[in-house]
Formats: sequence, structure tokens, C-alpha cells
Amino acid sequence: MLDIRNLNARVEETEILRNLSLSIKPGEVHAIMGPNGAGKSTLGNVLSGRPGYEVTSGSVEFNGKDLLDMEIEERARAGLFLAFQYPVEIPGVSNMEFLKAAVDARRKHLDLPELSSFDFMKIARETSKRVSLDAAFLKRGVNEGFSGGEKKRNEIMQMMLLEPNLCILDETDSGLDIDALQVVAEGVNAMRDGKRSFIVVTHYQRLLDFIVPDHVHVLAAGRIVKSGGKELALELEAKGYGWLEDEVA
Amino acid sequence: MTEQVESLIRKDYAAGFHTSIESDTLKPGLDEEVVRFISAKKEEPQWMLDWRLKAFRAWQEMEEPEWAHVHYPDINFQALSYYSAPKSMADKPKSLDEVDPELLEMYEKLGIPLHEQEALAGVAVDAVIDSVSVVTTYRAKLEEAGVIFCPISEAIARFPDLVQRYLGSVVPQRDNFYAALNSAVFSDGSFVYIPKGVRCPMELSTYFRINEMNTGQFERTLIVAEEGSYVSYLEGCTAPMRDENQLHAAVVELVALDDAQIKYSTVQNWYPGDKEGKGGIYNFVTKRGICHRNARISWTQVETGSAVTWKYPSCILKGDNSVGEFYSVALTNNFQQADTGTKMIHIGKNTSSTIIAKGISAGQSNSAYRGLVRINAGASGARNFTQCDSLLIGDRCGAHTFPYIESKNSSAVIEHEATTSKVSDDQMFLCQQRGLDAEKAVSMIVNGFCREVFKELPMEFAVEAGKLLEVSLEGSVG
Ligand SMILES: Nc1ncnc2c1ncn2[C@@H]1O[C@H](COP(=O)(O)OP(=O)(O)OP(=O)(O)O)[C@@H](O)[C@H]1O
Ligand SMILES: [Mg+2]
Repeated sequence: MLDIRNLNARVEETEILRNLSLSIKPGEVHAIMGPNGAGKSTLGNVLSGRPGYEVTSGSVEFNGKDLLDMEIEERARAGLFLAFQYPVEIPGVSNMEFLKAAVDARRKHLDLPELSSFDFMKIARETSKRVSLDAAFLKRGVNEGFSGGEKKRNEIMQMMLLEPNLCILDETDSGLDIDALQVVAEGVNAMRDGKRSFIVVTHYQRLLDFIVPDHVHVLAAGRIVKSGGKELALELEAKGYGWLEDEVA
Repeated sequence: MTEQVESLIRKDYAAGFHTSIESDTLKPGLDEEVVRFISAKKEEPQWMLDWRLKAFRAWQEMEEPEWAHVHYPDINFQALSYYSAPKSMADKPKSLDEVDPELLEMYEKLGIPLHEQEALAGVAVDAVIDSVSVVTTYRAKLEEAGVIFCPISEAIARFPDLVQRYLGSVVPQRDNFYAALNSAVFSDGSFVYIPKGVRCPMELSTYFRINEMNTGQFERTLIVAEEGSYVSYLEGCTAPMRDENQLHAAVVELVALDDAQIKYSTVQNWYPGDKEGKGGIYNFVTKRGICHRNARISWTQVETGSAVTWKYPSCILKGDNSVGEFYSVALTNNFQQADTGTKMIHIGKNTSSTIIAKGISAGQSNSAYRGLVRINAGASGARNFTQCDSLLIGDRCGAHTFPYIESKNSSAVIEHEATTSKVSDDQMFLCQQRGLDAEKAVSMIVNGFCREVFKELPMEFAVEAGKLLEVSLEGSVG
């Protein structure tokens, strides 16, 4: 699914990712943890092609294609989805219109016929129910005036509608109350179908009780310093990151 | 990203073709003889000629205004031709079948079929090319309702009392430099009269087209809504692409008598000039309406064209409880300049006005909102709400806001809000990460910004306006 090899990337003049390698197979869930400023969001941004993030060396293969050679929207249409740590607002553009345009673009790429507004509306309403967002949110501007938790649920709704191949969730759990956390986890679990892969960035073991990962990685100072199974998350919860940094040093 | 946004604002002007139609075009220059020529050509009565001459003499003593936030080389008014008509119109066609097929084809190409069966359902169209009205559709159906919708030249002949009574009653001949010029040389335009208590059964629309080179277009529109009547009117405008600038100086007068309502919408897409700022229409327009008791006038405008726009659709709220509204989207790109806004003059008691102005600047363009809210001493209980929002695309464009408030009545409530924002890189990235290309992303963000104004447009035209913005923005991202 995804093969990252010796990736180095910088923002402005600062090196952030250093020789990062990570391989993700279809159907796998990889959790990425690590201290603030380690480069977790940077990884998501680099993979999705955000302007300002410059890859200096290394390669990324996504379903057999050179990901770094693709435009932002091509990556998205090919099934790479990033749930934002801080979703932005687009005033006046209704959520429904935005979602329809996104789904249209994805379906076009997959050579599927465009959904009629009527059919799409039906699907969108069902999906909003699944993430416990009132259908009224579909009419509001994209994230306009949404609470923190509502924005995160809106991200998950987008993920469900777009049915991506690789989902990168950047701290989707932070700022969520316990019910919302469950909603997000259920959403992700329902989408685990043995083919779709996930990168789940989180600071909390708690989320991983609900979304059980196949692998856990610790990212520190721009590289993966330790990888393990789901029990690594428990160990991190107990001991923090200090011992790892010592180990690396 | 900024670069990307900027290159998206470069696209071709779709209405920029020129149709070769043989025309009778007056040689350039302006003097009393020209005014007399136009009047004679239109077979006008003496009173009309006198009215024009009075305007012409006033104009000769006036100076071009310079206060607007726009810059352009001096216009040589003697180098323009003041009259041009398609030759085939010389012996006026009585019906659509007699209209030159070339003309019909031109309108077809612009997306305005004039055959009634193909026309937009429920919209009557008056098509004006250069100096004359070509055809007005659905006249029979309108006449049944008692509605008059015809070229103003025809109204002068057929309804002299109405025209004499109302022409210049809202915008007097010497109101301003361009209005005086228009009053002297206007060649055609539309006349609308809605009788008492009648709700006009369909949208009325005038479509203006400048075709000939070096001609100015000076149309005159007069709409009179009798007591308790209602009309919704739309005007659209385009011109061929040309390297030299062309002048358009129109006057629109609206009269809403007691309890009447007029909705006036404009989708202005005159040729804006090329990427280097060469060519384009100079659009200097005076639009004003007067509201009597309980009357309401709404101006909605989507301004995407012209090299220079100077335009302030205004309301005189004379009657008690009357309402004035102004909803505007002005988009400038490349080297376009727009200085537009409104004037709300509160005279009657409990009058209220709403101003929603959205300015979008891209490329190296400049747009300015200029608005006056005046509350006269007698206008107790007057209210105004003004909201001006500017959206910048890229970092070489500018937006300016000049609100003027004059209140002589302490009971007035005036609220003003203003914001300036940019199409942010984060918004662009969100859209693109969801699979939208950059062009679609910008047009969606800009459309969202304009939503409050678009919802005021008649349905069919709201869609058009959205598409027009998309086209006008093309090339602003790459
Ligand atoms: N656009 C940017 N401009 C400047 N510095 C940046 C930018 N983006 C990231 N950085 C820097 O890169 C480093 C890694 O940031 P990143 O957001 O990837 O960390 P993170 O691991 O996601 O942290 P957190 O847990 O706080 O979300 C930080 O030092 C951050 O300041
Ligand atoms: Mg982060």
C-alpha cells in the first residue's frame, strides 16, 4: 500500500523528517505516537503534498505509483485521505456542496458515474447520522462555527463518504469527549475491511483501546525511534518518551 | 500557492467575438448637430429634442469627476461615435421573423435565444445592440397584464405622457457629468410600466451588447411601478474584445410608487480588457430609484466586467416605511478597477436600508466600495445596516472601503461592519486534499463568499452568476 524509504523533508530551512522509513500493507492500522514537535503532522502533510513541505531525498510509493510525483488532488483522488489536526473553515460554502464536489472528483477518478444530487443527499444524511452530526450540519458552511469536536466528526464523515484506500488521522481524538471518541473509533473500525489502511496519529493510548493497531511507532526528532505491537502504546503511557530518547542518544 | 491562485485568474473572455453586421455609424464627434441628428433619426417629438439640448448645454459646462479611486487616460469625447445601428434595422422589423438572422445568431451565441419558444421560460427579453433595441419578446403576453415593456424610443412615441412625466425625475439632466452626457445622446434602452396592483407575470430582462468599434453606448432605462405593483428586472451586458477602450454611460431610473416593489438585478460582464490591461469598457453608470410610501427597491449587482467601473445604484427613501436594499458582488482581476457602492438617502420616517457589498480582487486589480448613508432631519426611526467584505486573491491586488455616514436625526440606528480576508492556503489545501483542483477550489471559495448576494438574484441568474465568477477567475490559480 505505502512504502516510505529514507524520507528527508524540510519546512523552510529546517530539516524535520530525517531518513524516515515505513512500510504499510493493505488492511493494516499503524499508530504513530511521539512528543510534540516530533514531525507527526509533517509526515501527513508531506504525504498529502501540502505546499511548503519540501522533500529533499527519499521516495514514497503508493499503490505502485510514485506518490511524490503526484499533484495534491491526484493523491486525494487516488485514495489518500488526511483528517486534519486543525480543520479550517470555508465560510458560505455549504458542507453538502463541498462533500458532493469531493465525492464527484473521487468517483470520476474511479470511472464511476456521478451521483445525482438526490442520491448523494440520501447517502450524506445517513453518513452524518453515523457520526452523530445532525443533518443540519450538511447545510452549514464547511466547518463554519463548528465546535472542535464537531469539526473532527465532520472529518470522519468526509472519510466515510470518500472511501479512501489510505486514511491518515492526525490527532482526530484530541478534543473529543468520550462519546465522540467512540463515534470516531466505530467509524474507523467499520471501515476496516482488510484492504483499507490507516495511519493513526495520537498522543493517547485510550484511542488505541478502541482502534486496535497492528503496529505502533514512536516518532521523535523526525525519525522512527521505536516500533512494536499494540503493547508498545501501553508502555509509552506508563513511561513517557524520555527513556526512548536516551536509548536513541 | 499565491502564484497558483494568480494564474487561475487568467482565462479568455467568452463573449469577446465581434459580429460583422453592416451598420450605420455616425462619424466621431459631439456637438449640437449630433444631438439633433440622433433625435431626428429616432423621429422624436420637439419636447424630447429640447430636453436633450438642455442636457447637452449643461454637459458642456461640466467637468469630468475625479474623486473616484480609479485611474485611466483622459477620454476624448470628440473621438467617439454617438450613434450606430445595424443597417438591417433601418426599416424596423415588425416581428422576430423580420430580424436579421445574423443578429439573432449573435444573441444565440451569447446564450440568449430570442425565439420565445426557446427562450428562458418566464423571462421576457429586450435586446439592445449598439444604439438600438433589436427585439422585445413576449410582448403580447405582457400586454395582456397591462404591462408595458418596450424600447424607450418607442415609449417616447407611444406613451409621451408617461415618459415626459418620469424621465429625469429621479436622475435630472445635470445630475452629474455622465448623466448629462447620457441625457443628451442616449439612443435606446428599455421602458417598463407596471399598472396599479399588478404583479408582473414574468421576469423582464434587457440584454445590452456593444458591437461596433469606437462607439459609445448610452442607454437609458426607465421603470415605473404604480401603486402596489411588483416587477423583477434583469440586465446583462457584454462587448467584443478590442484593444481600444470603449465608453458605456448609462442612466437607469426607477420609480416605485406607494406599496410598490422593484427588484433590479444586473449581471455586468462588459469586456474587461486583456491580461496586460489593454482595452476594455469604461463603465460610468448612474442608477437611482425613488421609493414612495411603503415601497421597496432592491438593487442586486454582479459586476465582473469592464476595465473601469464607476457605479453607485442608489435609493431615495422618500416615503415613510420605505425600504432600500443593495446587494453587490464586484470582482476585479488583472488590471481592472472598480469604484462602486451605493447611496441610501433616508427622507421618510421609519425608512430602512440594507447594504451588503462583497468585493473580490485578484491579479493586480483594485476595487473600492464607496457608500453614503444619509439620514435627513425628518427621518425619525430610520435604520441602516451595512456590511462590506473584501476578499483578496494573491498579494498584488487591493481593496478599499469608503463609507460615508451623515445623520441629522438622533433616533437613527446605523450599523456598519467591514471585513477583509484572503483565500487562505489552508482553505485551498483542504479543498485539494479532498480531490478538487485548484480552479474549482478558488471558485468554490469565492462563491461561498458571495452567497449572501447570490441568493438575492432570480434563480436562473444566480446559477449564471456563479458560472461567470468561475470564468472571470480562471487563470488565477495554475
Ligand atoms: N509550516 C511550518 N513552518 C515552520 N515550522 C514548521 C511548520 N510545520 C511544522 N513545523 C515545525 O516542524 C516541527 C514538527 O512539527 P509537527 O507539526 O510535524 O509536529 P507534531 O509531531 O505533529 O507535533 P504535535 O504533537 O504538537 O502535533 C515543529 O518543530 C514545527 O514547529
Ligand atoms: Mg501534529
